[in-house]
Amino acid sequence: MKYLRHLALPLIAVLAAFIAGGIVVLLIGDDPVYTYRLLIGSALSWPDGIGYTLFYATPLIFTGLAVAVGFRCGLFNIGAEGQLTIAALATAWIGFTFSNLSAWMLVPLACAAAILAGAVWAAIPGVLKARFGSHEVINTIMMNFIAAGVTSALTQSYFKDPGDLILQTHSIAAAAHIPRLGRFIPGMPERIPTNIAFLLAIAACVLVYVFLWKTRWGYEIRATGANPKAAEYGGISVRRQIMLAMVVSGGLAGLVAVNEVMGYRYRYYQGFSPQYGFTGIAVALLGRNHPAGVLVAAIFFGALTRGGLFVDIFTENVSKDLVLVLQALVILFVAAEALFRGARAS
Amino acid sequence: MLELRNISKRFGNILANDRVSITVRGGTIHAIVGENGAGKSTAMRIAYGFYTADDGDVVVDGKPHRFTTPHEAIALGIGMVHQHFMLVEPMTVAENIVLGAEPGSFAALDIAGAAGRIRALSQEFHLEIAPDAVIEDLSVGQQQRVELLKALYRNARILILDEPTAVLTPQEVGDFFRILRRMREQGKTVVIITHKLDEVLAISDEVTVMRDGRVVGRRETKETNTAELARLMVGREVLLRLEKSNAHPGAPVLQVENLSMTASDGTERLASVSFEVRAGEIVGVAGVEGNGQTELIEALAGLIESERLSGDVRFEGRNITKFTARQRKQIGIAHVPEDRHRRGLLLDSDLSENSILGVHFREPAVRPPAYVMLDEAGIRRRAQAIIRDFDVRPPNPDLAARALSGGNQQKLVIGREFELPPKLLLISQPTRGVDIGAIEFIHRKLIALRDSGCAVLLVSAELEEVTALADRLLVIYQGKIVGEVEPPRVTTDQIGLMMTGGRA
Repeated sequence: MKYLRHLALPLIAVLAAFIAGGIVVLLIGDDPVYTYRLLIGSALSWPDGIGYTLFYATPLIFTGLAVAVGFRCGLFNIGAEGQLTIAALATAWIGFTFSNLSAWMLVPLACAAAILAGAVWAAIPGVLKARFGSHEVINTIMMNFIAAGVTSALTQSYFKDPGDLILQTHSIAAAAHIPRLGRFIPGMPERIPTNIAFLLAIAACVLVYVFLWKTRWGYEIRATGANPKAAEYGGISVRRQIMLAMVVSGGLAGLVAVNEVMGYRYRYYQGFSPQYGFTGIAVALLGRNHPAGVLVAAIFFGALTRGGLFVDIFTENVSKDLVLVLQALVILFVAAEALFRGARAS
Repeated sequence: MLELRNISKRFGNILANDRVSITVRGGTIHAIVGENGAGKSTAMRIAYGFYTADDGDVVVDGKPHRFTTPHEAIALGIGMVHQHFMLVEPMTVAENIVLGAEPGSFAALDIAGAAGRIRALSQEFHLEIAPDAVIEDLSVGQQQRVELLKALYRNARILILDEPTAVLTPQEVGDFFRILRRMREQGKTVVIITHKLDEVLAISDEVTVMRDGRVVGRRETKETNTAELARLMVGREVLLRLEKSNAHPGAPVLQVENLSMTASDGTERLASVSFEVRAGEIVGVAGVEGNGQTELIEALAGLIESERLSGDVRFEGRNITKFTARQRKQIGIAHVPEDRHRRGLLLDSDLSENSILGVHFREPAVRPPAYVMLDEAGIRRRAQAIIRDFDVRPPNPDLAARALSGGNQQKLVIGREFELPPKLLLISQPTRGVDIGAIEFIHRKLIALRDSGCAVLLVSAELEEVTALADRLLVIYQGKIVGEVEPPRVTTDQIGLMMTGGRA
């Protein structure tokens, strides 16, 4: 019953968004039924639809979890974008610098670099918040700009192949590549970039759940988020929880690098992220800051991204921006949940 | 004059008012009493148009109404003073009073004209408030009179006062009652919501008793007494007198020497406070709120940064001045905070999670040897033990703390701290916003804890409560201990005088 209610409101929000989106399609001059059939069909087709949906979902699972962990501690980490950008460059750097290491060494090392770089980038606004009380929203946004600038400058000056016109680093060593799921799943070709990082993302959901709800550290983070004054009263150091939550959040965002650098592009590419960090906020919101919800919401958003490409190509007038409209509407309706609830109470 | 006729109001699953009918005769002071959650505030908010009734009418001067906004009630001469004042602190009395009904033409504000009327009203009702005074410079009692002025300025004939004496000292209560009588003489009608029965007897002409959203009795005040009213409120016989044996104090548990505290704005909140609490005694701290009680308890609980403090705190002879809140809990110092919502509870978490706050790092909340993984069965057992021993209702550990009534929330917090088990209990406002039945229960538990050898430091704004419970009483004024008395030997008036800086 309780779980049903948790499910009901996000589902209503999604439904309402599709209805409103359908009206938009109609106004633009296309057939909503055809458009949605195209959207859903192309997102769920086998193997390409499902493969790409999961591939697009993977980074959103990581950023959704990152934002959710922050939320649970009462923090609004808008900096996942910067954290994953820095993490991607760090991962690539390990990948092309220690190219003589074996895969058994290099893969864990590169993954560790992804987590560490994201965590460090998040720790900076964390310290500023914990020590000086300066607001994490402002500082994480600033850190996003800094991350974009730093990665661009470093890539341009030090890590580019000579003569390369694109702002991207050298390739990482083959030993740092992680296998695509197509290698293990019959019927799924290896050209589809869904890779082991998706399994890592599912593992991260489980770990975050255990961490938040089954350990005392998670209890302390949640208590801090629920009522910092009461947490302090309960002998919990609010500053330490802020640091811990930011570091965990940043580390999770950093894991996006595993999917993008080690599983897909095999190098750092400036501007690789279509705002994964910000979409993560929407994913966390729709997923109610719960790992299970984040997983489902991320796959939903992944499916929208995949389907949007087909809507773009195969309809007369509707472009793939319809997906952005749908995403925005979902968020709007989720945020309006308080309105639904308020209407019932009074 | 004012009549509620068969008012019903539902909030979600809770029927807050169930066919409530109350008749207030013009020119009288009418008390509405009941425990927390009995529906008295809801009924009066409906009379004021703050809520709209689901069913039933508000009858003013014989005409039935169903208000949807307070404006409609105000237009008919109904005014309400809320428990929490609605004043803009940096603005003057006159500015606050005209807020929402600004006089003058469209753009120009006629404050001077308003000030004249305010001065006249203040004189007529002996309120002694200057229109140009700034709110934040006024005492709580004066601010309350500003709220009264606000209603009078809007030509209120019927004044509804929600728990008006909760924030006042005994002296201020006396002044306040004189003002109410003055209003009655001038033809105003006053409705006063309260749960303090002696005040009902002192001030009202008639009284309506509510319980569980229903009216359960109406009495002429002169024909009733506290015992009868208490029985009506609670629905059973209540022990009003506290049964308490003499204390048998043992060794000192808490010794405080020259404890001072400076706030971040540079003001001194505690000035060289020294006292001790022995095992098996309750030491009370009496004082008007805001005289350092909060800071004293928080300092002893380890919730104030040590840079702000000077002096020594010893626990069983050991210097604990620099101990953190967690270290203090571990050596057996329990703390029931004054504001359970702000400090004591995670309102949206369930009772289980709330039952381990502060002890979540040790058994039974976590499993050895690592003490990292939460032990859900252990936590549940602990929650159930507290629910059972402290009669927390409804007895469901999966319920959010928010869903409980104030009294049950408080029992949960107290139960959690008693389970520590404590050698020293710091307890602040143990029965604030708690109904009579629960007050009786909490008082008995406190005395039982004392008799088991625990040292108790008790702060309460209810003078009745500290004098009834404490074996020794410290009076605090402007951060200083200005006197120590033994409660049976002094009157509340004498203590009240010391609380405001006079000598006993």
